[in-house]
Amino acid sequence: MDNNIEKYLQNLRDRLTYITDIFAGKHSDSAALLEEKLSAFSARARSGNCEDEYAELSTVEGLVAYVERRLEKTLTPMDCVRVVRHPQRICLRDILENVYDNFTEVGGQDEHSLDPGMLIARAIITRRRGKKTYMQSVMVIGQEKGHGAEYRNGGSVKPWGNAKALQYMSVAETEGIPIHAYVFTPGSYPVEDYPGAAQQIAKNIYNMAGLRVPVIAVISEGGSGGAEAIGLADRRLMLSHGYYSVISPEGAAAIEGRLRNGERATPELIERCAANLKMLAEDNLKFGYVDRIIQEPPLGARPWHFDFFRSLRQEVIRATDEVVISTRKMPILRGLALARHRNPENDVDSLHIRWGLSGAAKTRLVRRRQQKFLRLSRQAARDRRPFLTKTATAFFDWISKPWVVFKYDFYHKHQRRISTLMEEVSNEIDMLKYRLLTPWRKLSRRLPGRVDNKAKELTALSSWQEDSRSRRWNYISPRYKTDRTLTCPNSESYGCLDLWGPDLFAEFAGVCSHCGYHFPMEPEWYVNNVFDAGSVFEFNSEIEAGNPLDYPGFSALVAQAKKKTGAKSGCMTFEARIDNIKMVVVMLMGTFRGGSVGAAEGYKFVEAAARAAKKRYPLLAYVHGTAGIRIQEGTHGVIQMPRCTVAVRRYIEAGGLYMVLYDTNSFAGPVASFLGCSPYQFAVRSSNIGFAGPGVIKETTGMDIPPKYHRSYRALSRGHIQGIWDRRQIRANVKQALLTIGGRNLYYR
Amino acid sequence: MLDISKLLDEIKSSPYREITVTAQHTGKIAFAEIETGARVRGPQGQWKEMPGTKLCTLERERNPKPVYAPENGEICRIHRELDGRFVEAGSPLVVLRHKLTRDEVQRIILQKTLYLFPAPERAKYYFTPEADKKIRASDARSVTVRNGMELFIMSRMKREVPLNYTGPDGVIYEVYFKYNKNLDVGAPLVGICPPEHLRAIQTLVMRVQTEWTET
Repeated sequence: MDNNIEKYLQNLRDRLTYITDIFAGKHSDSAALLEEKLSAFSARARSGNCEDEYAELSTVEGLVAYVERRLEKTLTPMDCVRVVRHPQRICLRDILENVYDNFTEVGGQDEHSLDPGMLIARAIITRRRGKKTYMQSVMVIGQEKGHGAEYRNGGSVKPWGNAKALQYMSVAETEGIPIHAYVFTPGSYPVEDYPGAAQQIAKNIYNMAGLRVPVIAVISEGGSGGAEAIGLADRRLMLSHGYYSVISPEGAAAIEGRLRNGERATPELIERCAANLKMLAEDNLKFGYVDRIIQEPPLGARPWHFDFFRSLRQEVIRATDEVVISTRKMPILRGLALARHRNPENDVDSLHIRWGLSGAAKTRLVRRRQQKFLRLSRQAARDRRPFLTKTATAFFDWISKPWVVFKYDFYHKHQRRISTLMEEVSNEIDMLKYRLLTPWRKLSRRLPGRVDNKAKELTALSSWQEDSRSRRWNYISPRYKTDRTLTCPNSESYGCLDLWGPDLFAEFAGVCSHCGYHFPMEPEWYVNNVFDAGSVFEFNSEIEAGNPLDYPGFSALVAQAKKKTGAKSGCMTFEARIDNIKMVVVMLMGTFRGGSVGAAEGYKFVEAAARAAKKRYPLLAYVHGTAGIRIQEGTHGVIQMPRCTVAVRRYIEAGGLYMVLYDTNSFAGPVASFLGCSPYQFAVRSSNIGFAGPGVIKETTGMDIPPKYHRSYRALSRGHIQGIWDRRQIRANVKQALLTIGGRNLYYR
Repeated sequence: MLDISKLLDEIKSSPYREITVTAQHTGKIAFAEIETGARVRGPQGQWKEMPGTKLCTLERERNPKPVYAPENGEICRIHRELDGRFVEAGSPLVVLRHKLTRDEVQRIILQKTLYLFPAPERAKYYFTPEADKKIRASDARSVTVRNGMELFIMSRMKREVPLNYTGPDGVIYEVYFKYNKNLDVGAPLVGICPPEHLRAIQTLVMRVQTEWTET
């Protein structure tokens, strides 16, 4: 048997192993048949009994290909998960070698890298139009799974790896070259060491929302936060056998089955969760979270599928061209060029579009990207506002725009001149009035019964008046009615005495009088005690959390949460005042499904940011508690990460002051996006902030997590937050922060 | 002269420590499902973050407080007569018999045989260059100390003060401080033993390490 035959045979054996692995015991009859045929051929070839080895090999190969095609139709979502995780699956280095014409790795080499899970390269694409050759540079950024190489961590990128990606994104921005991001990650590596998993992802998303170069993302394995760290793109392509999800099916099964301490979920439960999460390419295309699907060969692309690399090359070039063309100003030229590029029969290698953009085109590019993300997932939230209300709101928005423009863009700019003029005019009027009324004043002074209040006020002794806040709190937790004592969790270490409930939950505001530990309080406590009494005006309360994926049993859970809390979603948005300083507040309530964020919560957040921008109010995100993205909403939830961050970026760039205040427990997606991107993040004492809880960290990294790993003081030491406040001081501290950070107008610039 | 066998036999004859778990305050007692003779576990985990076996619940003002076993061991007495009754603070609830671990035995022996020189202040401590040179060349046991000898440098906020050793003469058996690490006031700096006891102590520690069985 010659070496070539041996090589082919090995390849076929690998294909067989691949089939066995990805179906995890299913279709064993097909695998056994192929095994038998392969062994028989191998035996014959070794003994030299074959008449024509190549012809027989081709028959066996044909059979393997036939089985692959047949099994392709039976792929379940969990099989796809196994496809993308298989060591034989294509990885980023294969793509660099086969899709691009040349490349240089710039973010480290193999294991000699800050994070070998993140691969960064400058690559070249060569295109020919007629006799002319054009070389175009791109920055390729993506997670590298390295065919199962251990040091790559399966594409699970550490915070500093994401920081490296961000650094090279800004390099690409400086150089004006497009970015091609390849998402091959099961999720981010959940450690809190600086720069911190959540905080770094938040920074990445925030910066990508304003990158002034075209960004194309190709998703193979899109695991939640890790995917979002490089996935906010103008065009999102997805490989047909990939998945893009909020959580791994195993993670979802662990939550669904309420498993603890490393217990394993049954394969059936995992399979069911994978199907329920609707995370495949077709699902995401249907929802609008990816723009196009790149078809892979049967059972997924492997490094020897050269035709696939060709089509991938065509698609990424086409997508980049389209993004560049879509920034053109002339609609006719833009339409013609787009039509030409979208025609799949055209070879994009022979078309040439310059990828450099003018300053104005870059602005249009960023605006289009932001608008694209803001539009996503609206259909997934239930907007129960009556038609008339919606129309009236839209109409009011429309007519109030000129007033807002006049007030802030004209009046505030020329305020000093106008007010000087107005002062002069009013002085003249006063003088005129004084002269006209002098006779009448002389007459009325002589009338009896007139008391000079001013004189009395200035000469009488001042008296102590009862403070309007004599009862210190406007609202006290209903738990104060329970006649019992409670033990402070720190009593072991600090020797705190037991606290009497009626004292603790009323006068003490849930704070241990010995060590200052903060017991969790209800969201209502904050609404009523932090802001001026009667100043809270809630809006968009009719936007309801639903069950957009029809996740089995979840509708009942949502209904139960609504009944328990009286709220329609986990997010309450309202306008409020503190000592007459107006602001828009977004409150994530830990009492509603753990404060998880889904489509409705994201919708309300985006609307609140827009409202704050329009009214020129500061925006305060008060996080009573959030457990992360709502997993039962799948990608409808995870898309809120880039979407809300885009809203925040637009608000901050319009000149707004965005401040975040964490309380109780804040974890995962929201912290890794629209909360973590704020330059001013504060926490209430005894709160926990992080990316993943201790159980998840232990399971993912194998590390034991010390107690109090996520405590706010640790977060402060790591540089994730800017300060820690006492609950009883929130009102004063918010006011102080608004006055000092926001300045005189509470709205920068 | 130190009698190794006698000291070890003394510990071996009663290798247990009795721990009486008492009520930390008044309250009503409800015992958990525990039996006399059953084994219980103390706090577990790398940081002792997981509590031990629950022994009973002490409830005061509708605040049930679990009481856990402070060490590994065996229950030798449960004050069942208190079950469901209101007890005073300090009332004995459960008596545990804790078998001494290898480290505990070693600590007891060293406490009995060594003189521990305490740190006078919270500071970083170093040996004087002469002592340090000797220790680096061979080991700490080659350094003989005598009362009044300048042995340490106490470094606090970058101010370095020489520190004289006071105590019985002998050799350094154990060094308890680490380079560049702060030590609290009263924490032992070094353990000193008379030179003639050195071999005996070493043998004793070796015997504990090899012979002591932990269950």
